[in-house]
Amino acid sequence: MKVKLLFAVILLLLLSSLSFAQDDSAEIDTSAVVEELVLPAPPGNLSGVDKPNDHGHSIDLSWELSPDDGGGLNTVLQYDIYHWVPNLMLELNLVRDSISVIQKIIRKTTNGIIEGSQADSMKKVFEKLSRSELFDVRNSLTEYVKKGNKGLAEACKSYPEGGAWLFLDKKPSGTSTFDHIGSKEFKSSGFVPDFANLYYRVDAVTADGAKASSNILGPIQSSGQWYNTFRTPVVFSVLLFTLLTVFFVQKARKGADLYVRPLGGIEAVDDAIGRATEMGRPILYVLGLGSAADIATIASFTILGRVAKKVAEYQTELLVPTYDPIVMTVAQEVVKSAYLDAGRPDAYKEDTVHFVTQSQFAYVAAVNGIMLRELPATNIYMGKFFAESLILAETGALAGSIQISGTDEIAQIPFFIVACDYTLIGEELYAASAYLGKEPVLLGSLKAQDYAKAAIIVLAVIGVILAQFDFGTEFVNLFEVVN
Amino acid sequence: MKKTSMVVFATIASLFLLSWIVKGMFSEGSSPYLDGFLVTLAAFLTLAIMSFLYKDNPYYKFAEHLFVGVSAAYAMCLGFWSTIVGNLIPRLSSTVSDFFQVNYIEGDYNIFFVIPIIFGILLLMRLSPKAGWLSRWPLAFIVGTTAGLNFVRYLRSDFINQINSTIIPLLIDWNGFGDFFSNMNFSATGQLVMMFSNLVIFVGVVCGIIYFYFSKEHTGWFGRASKVGIWILMITFGASFGYTVMGRISLLVGRITFLFKDWLEIIS
Repeated sequence: MKVKLLFAVILLLLLSSLSFAQDDSAEIDTSAVVEELVLPAPPGNLSGVDKPNDHGHSIDLSWELSPDDGGGLNTVLQYDIYHWVPNLMLELNLVRDSISVIQKIIRKTTNGIIEGSQADSMKKVFEKLSRSELFDVRNSLTEYVKKGNKGLAEACKSYPEGGAWLFLDKKPSGTSTFDHIGSKEFKSSGFVPDFANLYYRVDAVTADGAKASSNILGPIQSSGQWYNTFRTPVVFSVLLFTLLTVFFVQKARKGADLYVRPLGGIEAVDDAIGRATEMGRPILYVLGLGSAADIATIASFTILGRVAKKVAEYQTELLVPTYDPIVMTVAQEVVKSAYLDAGRPDAYKEDTVHFVTQSQFAYVAAVNGIMLRELPATNIYMGKFFAESLILAETGALAGSIQISGTDEIAQIPFFIVACDYTLIGEELYAASAYLGKEPVLLGSLKAQDYAKAAIIVLAVIGVILAQFDFGTEFVNLFEVVN
Repeated sequence: MKKTSMVVFATIASLFLLSWIVKGMFSEGSSPYLDGFLVTLAAFLTLAIMSFLYKDNPYYKFAEHLFVGVSAAYAMCLGFWSTIVGNLIPRLSSTVSDFFQVNYIEGDYNIFFVIPIIFGILLLMRLSPKAGWLSRWPLAFIVGTTAGLNFVRYLRSDFINQINSTIIPLLIDWNGFGDFFSNMNFSATGQLVMMFSNLVIFVGVVCGIIYFYFSKEHTGWFGRASKVGIWILMITFGASFGYTVMGRISLLVGRITFLFKDWLEIIS
């Protein structure tokens, strides 16, 4: 039953694909001379290259404007770009469309999404099938497309027989370039095979619909590149930064005294812990709303480790309510290790670091409640914060706690500055983790960062001087990173 | 419970019932009393959260715990049903898909989907005292991978693009002081404003970076440049503060609109 059904469906598709190709050949191949219309001069010298520095499947086209574009009769309205495709491609496109229809039926998202009579007719066919049959048909069709794609390169060699010109896009008059960015996904109807002979044509079109075709470009092939030359500045920067980091880490490991200027906020941490101990009140440490993957949260873990160690030494209570379950897990490990380092593993309590909720303002409500009920002597906010920053800091201030904050979220720093006693601005948060940790790796990377900043200043000054004397363009281009 | 507290509670409960009945009587929906209850509940919870402005109280505590509990449970259910049941299981096993009554997607089977399952199980290992150390592996993977990926991204956006954007001419269309003073105007695209703008960008970037330079003490000319840097930062933060506060006020307006329009129906 299934096999019969499958055959019927594919047969139907093939039949409709033939009619589709015939209809479209009449509709899209309009290069024939239109009588009684004044034809514009055709665009000239259509050329193309494989798009450089990409994953393939794309061709960059360029042509000379029609003499009647901006001059001569000045009748050119637009340029229509065509792409020659073998019948196999047209057939596969139709099969791809039917796969897409089946997917939508499976996911029950057909209502109002499918448009066009062909899609509707396909929908009528497929809607009668059961779910398991739909899966079978979809898998068979996917397999069919997969196999068909393998034969595309061979089918492209048959040009100009056994194919049709497919309309790609239109460009307004005055335009002389077009990037045909194909899809690399074989399931997509915009799929352009690599290493296959491709052919293009550009028509100059007037407002009356008269068209004149350029020369045919082809055969031309697309292919992917292993190295994106546009990213060369990034490679050099990575190498430079890595070398600097390795150099300073080694230096720090050999015992060199790497100076880091004192940071007010971090100097205050020890005092704040001491205050909490004297008052017999807990310390509240908020890691923010970032995930464990955020750099600010990673820096915050280091600071938490240091705070937890001091807390363990002074036997003060620490409260770490967390927003993200992964952050909670990492924070628990960090605090546990800190208690071990302090020689007080027995004092570690599993619920020191606890999960609250992953809803932003519910989390804030809970932390605010902790602040007012537990009355912590010190609140430390380090990590990634968003709209909740002021609510937290304001409540902490009302509760009379000493507050130290640090974030790299520029929009939130002002709120911390106005409501906290000490604030680590942006990169000071990263520096703080190195300053507190005094570990060679962190200190080394901090030093490397400082040298990178010095490099920015030097290069910016040189660039500004060169830009002033019109030598700047080439210099600026050195730092141009194109996607 | 104190007498005052009881009176307050009784008053609030009465107001709640009154609001529910009145809203139910005048509601035009298919289930007026349910609609009335939901609007009243939303309004009272809003007021309960706002009561925090006065001081911590049992009504705030109730709203807070309700909010935290509901959101945590909702997030957990959503995560389980949409991610694990909705996306993962249908691509891995037809038997388990049948168990959860979701459609198995045969063609989408991908062995790589097993990796997050393994990592998820390893994370749960921390519940076991003996195998807890295994949970560190997925954590190391998450932190390490992201740090590596972000390294290139940040280097590009914060280092290379920063240099690129700072290279700007300080003197624009410069033809001597005579020409400058004779054509001076305060148009946004005029020579004076453009030159001032470029100067602020250049000085701001250089001095800002000097402020964040940690390897040298901020004394002498270096300290002065650093001070200029922090001033520029503070002016920027001030502007950002004002802008964000205006955004927050619009949130407050939204809540007040709900109270006065949807609940009390005082404003139209």
